[in-house]
Amino acid sequence: MASVTDAELKEMTQEERVKALGMTTEQLTGKSMYIEFDPDATERFEYPWAPSVDFNKRTEVDCDGKTTTEVNNQIRALMAEGYGTIVLQNPRGMHSLGVGILSKLNLIIDGSTGYFSTGLIDGPNVRITGRVGWSCGENMMAGTVVVEKNAGSTFGAAIRGGDLVCRGSVGSRTGIDMKGGTILVGGDTGALSGFMMQRGRMVVCGNAGKNLGDSMYDGTIYVGGDIQSCGVDAVEAELTDLDKAWLTRKLTQYGLMPDKGVDHFTKIVAGKQLWNYDNLEPNEKKLIL
Amino acid sequence: MAGTQYRGSEIKDVDQFLNDAEGLETEREKEIGQHIGYRYDVNLVPDYGRLTPFLKQYMEVMGWDDLNWLEDIHMGYEEGKPAVFDRNINGWVRIPDSIELPDNQQDRDMIARELLIKFQMSDRHPLVMLRKAYMKF
Repeated sequence: MASVTDAELKEMTQEERVKALGMTTEQLTGKSMYIEFDPDATERFEYPWAPSVDFNKRTEVDCDGKTTTEVNNQIRALMAEGYGTIVLQNPRGMHSLGVGILSKLNLIIDGSTGYFSTGLIDGPNVRITGRVGWSCGENMMAGTVVVEKNAGSTFGAAIRGGDLVCRGSVGSRTGIDMKGGTILVGGDTGALSGFMMQRGRMVVCGNAGKNLGDSMYDGTIYVGGDIQSCGVDAVEAELTDLDKAWLTRKLTQYGLMPDKGVDHFTKIVAGKQLWNYDNLEPNEKKLIL
Repeated sequence: MAGTQYRGSEIKDVDQFLNDAEGLETEREKEIGQHIGYRYDVNLVPDYGRLTPFLKQYMEVMGWDDLNWLEDIHMGYEEGKPAVFDRNINGWVRIPDSIELPDNQQDRDMIARELLIKFQMSDRHPLVMLRKAYMKF
């Protein structure tokens, strides 16, 4: 496997590459999936394949007259040249801008974007000076996204990590199915926010609409204003000193700290009444065994 | 039966799942032979007073003011051994015996974060080979 060079791999089809690297020919029988950390691993901070970029190397891209794919490809090409700060001019509500960036980068979108902007990212710091449409930051893995104005519905859908910030208000179903990360909202959030939330933290400085945290399995929601109603199995919990310290740190970091501090925040968690382990299961087990 | 609830037993001690890998406490857990719920507190927010120098450097390199996605990384326990869940391989990676575990979850979480970063960024991570095989050139 080591004898195959990257140049040779590039000449192959995917099927040939897979075989050449032994992905389908390796004998799995009796092989343990057990993996252990190497305590002497080299200190490295970026993925081995990540382009080496310099935050101080800055350039601009004019989106006018370009398709989304052209803009996104240009971002990748500029990162390969070492640009660490890229400004997108004239986005004019384009959809799916800045998706799939998997390494560090300062991306500034000067204007508003359409739906699914900066989704699937793993590392970059993004600032959007305007508004965003549906599902901004969906499936985000790591990094930061700061939206200066309002955001549409399903803000941070299925987010897994990183900080997703909206200084204004957001629509309904914010953080639907979120599995990690932090969503910060400076204003209000709509109905069914935190719907089916599984992990992570959501902070709303304003009010929350109906059915907050409906069917949440785990995770935490902090609300500074009024909650119209909590959803199924979303219950209030005690705000601890660790929560307060974390909230203060996070809100200060993004300039969202309310004048009256964080003591007034309501903490919502899962009541764990939906942790269903079906009654039939043990009986079925007995039947099978 | 839909609507039937069974809460898991509470985590009482940081070494609970090291000393008792099964962790069966409630009648329901004993009945199904499985601990209900996570084996660590997924909602525990990090104590930034316990950051390691490596993690501080990582934050600086990435241009972040905090731990970012690592806030969701905790030290868990698999089959009575300390381990960390790596989302990039959808599996647990074990902590070697040579690493001494601190007596509190916050410090353990910091070690977990540091080890996970070193592993994910290394050439021995399975994603390196998978990427070579399946990425679009």
